[in-house]
Amino acid sequence: MEHLAASFIGMGLAAAGLAGSGIGLGFMFGKTIEAFARQPGAESQLSKYVWIGAAFVEAIALYGLVIAFIIMGKG
Amino acid sequence: MTMLIANALAAGAAEAAEAAPKMDPLHHFQVIKVIPISLFGIDVSISNSVIWIWIALGIALGLLRYGLRAPQLVPGRMQSMAEASLLFVRGIINDTIGKEGQKFFPLIFSLFLFVLFCNVTGLIPGSFTPTSQLVVTGTFAVGVFIFSTGLGFYKHGTHYFKFFVPGGLPVLLLPLMVPIEIISYLARPVSLSVRLFANMTAGHTVLGVLFFFTATLPWFGAWLPFGFSVVFTAVEGFIGFIQAYIFTILTCVYINDALHMH
Repeated sequence: MEHLAASFIGMGLAAAGLAGSGIGLGFMFGKTIEAFARQPGAESQLSKYVWIGAAFVEAIALYGLVIAFIIMGKG
Repeated sequence: MTMLIANALAAGAAEAAEAAPKMDPLHHFQVIKVIPISLFGIDVSISNSVIWIWIALGIALGLLRYGLRAPQLVPGRMQSMAEASLLFVRGIINDTIGKEGQKFFPLIFSLFLFVLFCNVTGLIPGSFTPTSQLVVTGTFAVGVFIFSTGLGFYKHGTHYFKFFVPGGLPVLLLPLMVPIEIISYLARPVSLSVRLFANMTAGHTVLGVLFFFTATLPWFGAWLPFGFSVVFTAVEGFIGFIQAYIFTILTCVYINDALHMH
């Protein structure tokens, strides 16, 4: 029973890694909006890199989720 | 054959109906053997994953063939779509590799179409997402890794080992930097495959949870998860496209590294 509880705690801790991704996404989109406000003409060139970056940052959070799934399989 | 597939799909649907009251968002990632085949002790069964890969590739091939069946100078709707996808991938290759990357166009374009259509067909209710299996994405990532490494050694010979030695560093730092470079090089297929797999799995798990709440909550509570599931289906379609784009761009970057060594 104890190891089941421990695996649940571990899954929660693994999902806590999403916080870092949230900070990163907020930082990135904030900077992007700042850049668009300073230079509205560059919007079409920059938005491509924003979406690529967003996908990278999201993927980091999902690695944590994968670890949670692995723990769920073991527990 | 079609009877077998129909039976398996019906059995899957009946199973899903039985499992409905209890929440199990990972249920639709289960690989079911439709036609069990074993060759020399190796399991090469036709599973639902294989069938949905065929369906995705069939849709991709069919759309391209239909769009380009009678090319006109002024393209119609389907021909515009087919040409737009070709030009899109050509633009990616030109931006990341340059002109000499055009000879890898067939490889990169087929990778892009495969990943894109596997991601998008997974959004059809009752379907299976082949890219949500680490085996599928891992095979592709390892294939890209072996191809780019082999290309580097073919192009540069043993000089390719210089790739692991960053230039402009004091010699004292090299014992520290070379292992880091080698590890980051070997981590490429892992990150490439896990990124796609995790994005697809997580997105469809969220959709599964939302659909479950929509189906089981009473009417005064169900509208909220219903609205969210509509929004998330659109977001999933967008993520499927973005992930295919990222997979393509990273493949181009790896090939570019092998061709030009940074």
